Amino acid sequence: MQLGDDDFTLFGLPKQYAMDRGALDAQWRRLQAEVHPDRFAGEGASAQRLAMQWAVRVNEAYQRLKDPLNRAAYLCEQRGAAIDAERNTAMPTAFLMQQMQWREALDDATDLAAVEVLDEAVLRTEHTMFATLAATLDDGADMAAGAAQVRALMFVARFRQDITRRLEVLDAVR
Amino acid sequence: MALLQISEPGQAPDPHQRRVAVGIDLGTTHSLVAAVRHGVPECLPDAEGRVLLPSVVRYLEGGRRAIGHAARAAQAEDAENTLASVKRFMGRSLGDVGDTSKLPYRFIDKPGMLAIATRDGEKSPVEFSAEILATLRQRAEDTFDTDELFGAVVTVPAYFDDAQRQATKDAAQLAGLNVLRLISEPTAAALAYGLDHGSEGLYAVYDLGGGTFDISLLRLTQGVFEVVATGGDAALGGDDIDHALADWALADAGATATTPQGKRNALVAARAAKEALSDADSAAWAADVGGRERQVAVTRARLETLARPLIDRTLAAVRKVLRDAKVARDEVQGVVMVGGSTRMPLVRAQVSELFGRPVLTDVNPDEVVALGAAVQADALAGNAKDGAPLLLDVIALSLGLETMGGLVERVIERNSTIPVAKAQEFTTFKDGQTAMALHIVQGERELVADCRSLARFELRGIPPMVAGAARIRVTFQVDADGLLSVSAREQASGVEAAVVVKPSYGLAEDDIARMLKDGFAHAAGDIAARSLREARVEAERLSLATRAALAADGALLTADERAAVEALAADTEQAGQGSDTAAIEAALEALGAGTEAFAAARMNQGIRQALAGRRVEDV
Repeated sequence: MQLGDDDFTLFGLPKQYAMDRGALDAQWRRLQAEVHPDRFAGEGASAQRLAMQWAVRVNEAYQRLKDPLNRAAYLCEQRGAAIDAERNTAMPTAFLMQQMQWREALDDATDLAAVEVLDEAVLRTEHTMFATLAATLDDGADMAAGAAQVRALMFVARFRQDITRRLEVLDAVR
Repeated sequence: MALLQISEPGQAPDPHQRRVAVGIDLGTTHSLVAAVRHGVPECLPDAEGRVLLPSVVRYLEGGRRAIGHAARAAQAEDAENTLASVKRFMGRSLGDVGDTSKLPYRFIDKPGMLAIATRDGEKSPVEFSAEILATLRQRAEDTFDTDELFGAVVTVPAYFDDAQRQATKDAAQLAGLNVLRLISEPTAAALAYGLDHGSEGLYAVYDLGGGTFDISLLRLTQGVFEVVATGGDAALGGDDIDHALADWALADAGATATTPQGKRNALVAARAAKEALSDADSAAWAADVGGRERQVAVTRARLETLARPLIDRTLAAVRKVLRDAKVARDEVQGVVMVGGSTRMPLVRAQVSELFGRPVLTDVNPDEVVALGAAVQADALAGNAKDGAPLLLDVIALSLGLETMGGLVERVIERNSTIPVAKAQEFTTFKDGQTAMALHIVQGERELVADCRSLARFELRGIPPMVAGAARIRVTFQVDADGLLSVSAREQASGVEAAVVVKPSYGLAEDDIARMLKDGFAHAAGDIAARSLREARVEAERLSLATRAALAADGALLTADERAAVEALAADTEQAGQGSDTAAIEAALEALGAGTEAFAAARMNQGIRQALAGRRVEDV
């Protein structure tokens, strides 16, 4: 076992998009119980440093594996399809239209209830897109298509952050 | 010839002699020390049998101090020199604190952290806190009849930022404590509550103290206490309710408090009335202000009208944490109430209403944090042989860097499990730019001006390139205490320019040296004696730990390797018997370097076992 092993190997989980969340969580706790700096409290600076490196690595892998979008992006890159979200911004027209509609709806929403309705709609779309992505990554072999779907979902994720921020503002003033 | 040691039949020479490790809750209003005795955590009382130490220090003539109850009794008569609720100023500048006109102190603005002028000179919040911590350390040493505590776990509000955590750690070190870990107050409370009640599942801890508010959601699974999300307000607590009540009562009495005594009297009377109203429906606010005794009748309804906006702020924070955790209120199995301010009936009612279930009040809200810290201290000292609980905490506030236009680029998001490290690449703005100013901030807002500035540093020696060509990799690392360090490196050109910053708001090393020289907190002996003592303890600790590791995992080494490690441990132990601090430190360093490969092999074995354990379960 090495710090440089890929996330799936480190967690002893199959290298695929589909994830047993219960197994992932249990494995994370089990690994942290072995490597956390608290387990080496009396053992001096070099043991602490080593434990810190491993605990950081385990947390990094866990964060990536438990988030569906990050896990998908990681899997694409592991299989040679770069996400390259900054340079590659081409999206299907229908998807861009949908984005614009959502943005307008968010601008027009003035109360908590209206934002929550929009949030619900975006969540449903996101759900469908993830189902498609899962099929692409685990049943198909077209990693380039998978990477394109990941990029689209990154747009959606960013929009959901804006929604959350708005919800927080509206909640704070109520 | 030295005599050989022989142990009693049936008793191995135990490398893990029971070590005295304590948990300390350094509170705004009062502080406590607790330890595990006979397998159970308990708060340690003072000679009069009291466990609560009021967090109050009175600075007297000739460098003398009164600490705790005696200081609190003198609050009104000597208000300017009797400091209370100082936790609110930890890691804070005068500008951060806001309106100080209602407080009876002479504040001094200083870069980083404010100070307060007393008759014994300027006192920083760190020095004040060290007085409290040293008093508790003394109490623990007297209780266990030892002059050497193994170490302490000190609690901080979950919502404390890096500056406030660093200041707390500085204070503990100044008080001569070996800090085993800083842990968050709600996490400590969950540990004590969860172990005591055998709880499993998702729990919320609502912690409203004298000066700070935290809300944490934790998942409890077989001895693992995992913080899912945390939030709060580091400047919101019972003190704010006291201020609101004092302001109202003064206005009602047509009085204005202008002297330190009058201000302190108004606050003390407000606190007394507030506490009485937890049981009674009405109480009297009575205070000497401006040389006249004033009295105002206060009903519980009045207090609740005054307190409601503050409680509403805590409820907004609770909702935010539920959103962050993506958890519905009815998934939370229990809400543990912590902190003296949760004795207010209105607080209990409002929190119960929000969660749709009655809150849990079967813990002592003053003691539970210290008890949890004691459990963790005992585990870190190696006393809890098997099944030591594991705390997996998070950072409450995001960390980032200032970019062009005063905007914040977040590098580590709030609610990330610690320890955590993350790197991000940045580039130059101008052609030929050879230096880069890095400004590290903490907070959730988009603009740098709305976040807390933690540190600034410059990366120099970047080779001249066109704008945007340089690749500057900035790495943020947060350790298990929740403390940040940052490094930066230019990598496109292969020319290295790296810098490491550890923001420190507390005290510089020479400040600490000066305070020790000034006979701070009746510190035993001078600095040299103290370093020797610390080195000896460390030598003993490390040689014992190494032997324990050899006993457990010696099979990972060849006979030669094993002999080499044994020799290093023996050298360290022997150096530790001597009085040459430098020699002890050299031996410690050699032991550390000589056991690195062994430590790595043990780590690897542990991970393989964890993975194997999973496969066995799968079958």
